[in-house]
Amino acid sequence: MSLTGGVKRLTAIIGAVALAAMPKTAFAADWFAVERTPELVAVIICTIVVLIAVLTARNRKFYVRPLPGLEAIDDALGRSTEMGAPVMYITGWGGDLARPTTMASLAILSSVAEKSAAFGTPILFPSHDPVIVSAAQDTIREGYTSAGRPDLYRADDITFVTQSQLGYAAAVDGMMARRKPGAVFLLGTFEGEALILAETAHSVGAVQIGGTDSTIQLSFFLVACDYTLIGEELFAASGYISGDPLILGAVRGQDILKIIIVATLVIGVVLGLFGNDLISGWLN
Amino acid sequence: MRTRLPVIICGVFGVFMAAQYFITAEPVTAMYRAVLDWMQIIFVCALLVGILNVILRQLKSAARPGPDRVYAGIALFGIALMVVLGFGWGIGRGSAFLWVFNNVQAPMQTTVFSLLAFYVASAAYRGFRARHFESALLIAAALIILLGRVPIGEMISSHVPAVVSWVLNVPAVAAKRAILIGIGLGMTATAIKVIAGLERAYLGSRTR
Repeated sequence: MSLTGGVKRLTAIIGAVALAAMPKTAFAADWFAVERTPELVAVIICTIVVLIAVLTARNRKFYVRPLPGLEAIDDALGRSTEMGAPVMYITGWGGDLARPTTMASLAILSSVAEKSAAFGTPILFPSHDPVIVSAAQDTIREGYTSAGRPDLYRADDITFVTQSQLGYAAAVDGMMARRKPGAVFLLGTFEGEALILAETAHSVGAVQIGGTDSTIQLSFFLVACDYTLIGEELFAASGYISGDPLILGAVRGQDILKIIIVATLVIGVVLGLFGNDLISGWLN
Repeated sequence: MRTRLPVIICGVFGVFMAAQYFITAEPVTAMYRAVLDWMQIIFVCALLVGILNVILRQLKSAARPGPDRVYAGIALFGIALMVVLGFGWGIGRGSAFLWVFNNVQAPMQTTVFSLLAFYVASAAYRGFRARHFESALLIAAALIILLGRVPIGEMISSHVPAVVSWVLNVPAVAAKRAILIGIGLGMTATAIKVIAGLERAYLGSRTR
């Protein structure tokens, strides 16, 4: 059997199995969005891989490559403390609490709050979303308590500003100009306000650490901020800072998924070269 | 219990919201709509708390001597004015509320947005200094793109716009997709961590 014939037969078998796994009856079509089967398969694979990576991560040590943006957190907080200035933490205007990016940002905020409390440096948290404010108040209060300084916690510094995008940008700019923070963390979902905030932070002499899930705003952060967390670095940050093996296990799961995606792409390209569109057709 | 109950609620609703995307059955879609309604209700309640928080904070600032007093006074005046105009004369076409919105708030927002043009220039100036090899690469790429986007690029060579298109459509898109895949996987892993109760920082708790 030639190589081409072998590949064709193999892909035909895989295709037949995949098609057989799809629900076809009228009952299934009424209950299940058949056209979303590839997404369901992807979700199941991601969940299994991440959970296995997390469950096998107990009592293991992981190497995580150094992330300059996260290593700079201590320096930025130390600088603010020496200047007698507060630090400002912004999760951006684009997200809400249901967004994983905001969750990841709050996990970083937890560590930043604990460290800033240990240094005795106030933390300012202006937000456009009252639900995020409520979650951030709990997160920061817990960080201050963990550092043994609950007395330093000030609920007034964690505040709802406005839901208007540019009103929010103007209010936060004003806060920066008046309070002159020594460090500004821009971690979350940002839209058009990203560059306005980053440049104002630069103009008041603050160290800026940025990171977002928006590739457009990421390019602004790369040129405007001192340190930028690119792509998945923002989501890996909480594990990196806390050193928690379970959270780092999830980061390892992400790496395994990346390998699976690259392997799928390579196999898809090879199959495409042999005239078979099993993977590309199924994904489309 | 303070942490366990929210984690259980979050896990149950996280699984439900993921499952409803794949299930088209009417009872599930009806439940999904109900969940969305409840989300709106919770958000409105939180918004009321947020507005109260803003008013109290501005009142405190107005009571304290200092430069913030003026800004707090203006903010409180603005809030009171819009509430009076809105409830007193409505928010429809031709109302005073809409007039203030169109002639005060909208121009102020436009002003803040227009700052972006200056910030782009200042950020580009700082970003495009050849401090190291990566910065030099950035400058080279930016110069090529700029040349290809202005008429002089085509006057230099007809290949310049084609090179620019290639840079934008091949290496730039490849890098962007790599970042997007990383972000997608990061979001998925974070969502799984939250649903499984591993990530609890949003509840103000790190203990499991």
